[in-house]
Amino acid sequence: MGDNALILGQRLAEWLGHGPQLEEDIASANIALDLIGQARLWLSLAGRLEGGGRDEDALAHGRDQHEFRNCTLVELPNGDYAFTIVRRVLFDAYQRVLLGRLAEGAEGDIAAIAAKSKKEADYHWRHSADWTLRFGDGTEESRRRAQAALDGLWGYTHELFAPDAVDPDAGSLRGPWLELVEPALKEATLVIPADTAFMSAGKRGVHSEHLGYVLAEMQFLQRAYPGARW
Amino acid sequence: MSEKEWPLWEVFIRSKQGLDHKHCGSLHAPDAKMAIQMARDVYTRRSEGVSIWVVPSAAIAASDPDDHESFVEPMADKIYRHPTFYRLPDDLEHM
Repeated sequence: MGDNALILGQRLAEWLGHGPQLEEDIASANIALDLIGQARLWLSLAGRLEGGGRDEDALAHGRDQHEFRNCTLVELPNGDYAFTIVRRVLFDAYQRVLLGRLAEGAEGDIAAIAAKSKKEADYHWRHSADWTLRFGDGTEESRRRAQAALDGLWGYTHELFAPDAVDPDAGSLRGPWLELVEPALKEATLVIPADTAFMSAGKRGVHSEHLGYVLAEMQFLQRAYPGARW
Repeated sequence: MSEKEWPLWEVFIRSKQGLDHKHCGSLHAPDAKMAIQMARDVYTRRSEGVSIWVVPSAAIAASDPDDHESFVEPMADKIYRHPTFYRLPDDLEHM
């Protein structure tokens, strides 16, 4: 969860100064910062539980590609703004469902972090679902781009619900996720592509070629000057 | 993207302690709903407020600064319009 938030936060931050409008640029940066804040909480917790003395920074900047457990969806390049937004709508819905479940079902720190992050995710969803509607139900061009984004992204959502050792019950999240995503996409007049057998494997540490570039940029400073502070 | 500029909105924020919405700035947004959302991100990110109003800037009618002489200045020397000439009874406190 920490890696998902960290990598998507980093991707969103790439829009900083390049957003389609000043106001939207700020909104996008806020969301990126929310995600990086969530990543800090999760990674700090992971470091404490590991008990090996690694803090959030060591985990964020000191691990290599295959040690990252983020889903492939979040590491894909931003593409155009429609792609960025449609990826977010799929991911934000997932966050809402998963964080909601953890906030109620988990205990201690995990429940606390989930409850705090859920409030942010609810807002992120509001933002991305609103833009999805505007793109999908907007002009011919915006709809074409949003649909192309959805077609390209849908296959990467399968991984979110693939059971593994960490969450053998991941499949049960798909129902509630679809309940959020389907009406939002339908309202935006977007057509959900047919499910395929495609299955990305970022959660297992097997990433697309794109993650390396994200890490190269994100980790550069700590790699070049280990332990640098300012 | 900006062949058609989004319209301008004036943003009013009510802070936690305040009762009134205060003007805090303006922004561009395609419609009211998004203007509120953007105002949230632009003007309340350091938790400055608990309530947001947005008004299309075009809907605001303003006085003309060039009218200052006739519009504002005549009020300056009408001190009798201030309620400062009443004698307050001595036992009236907290005034």
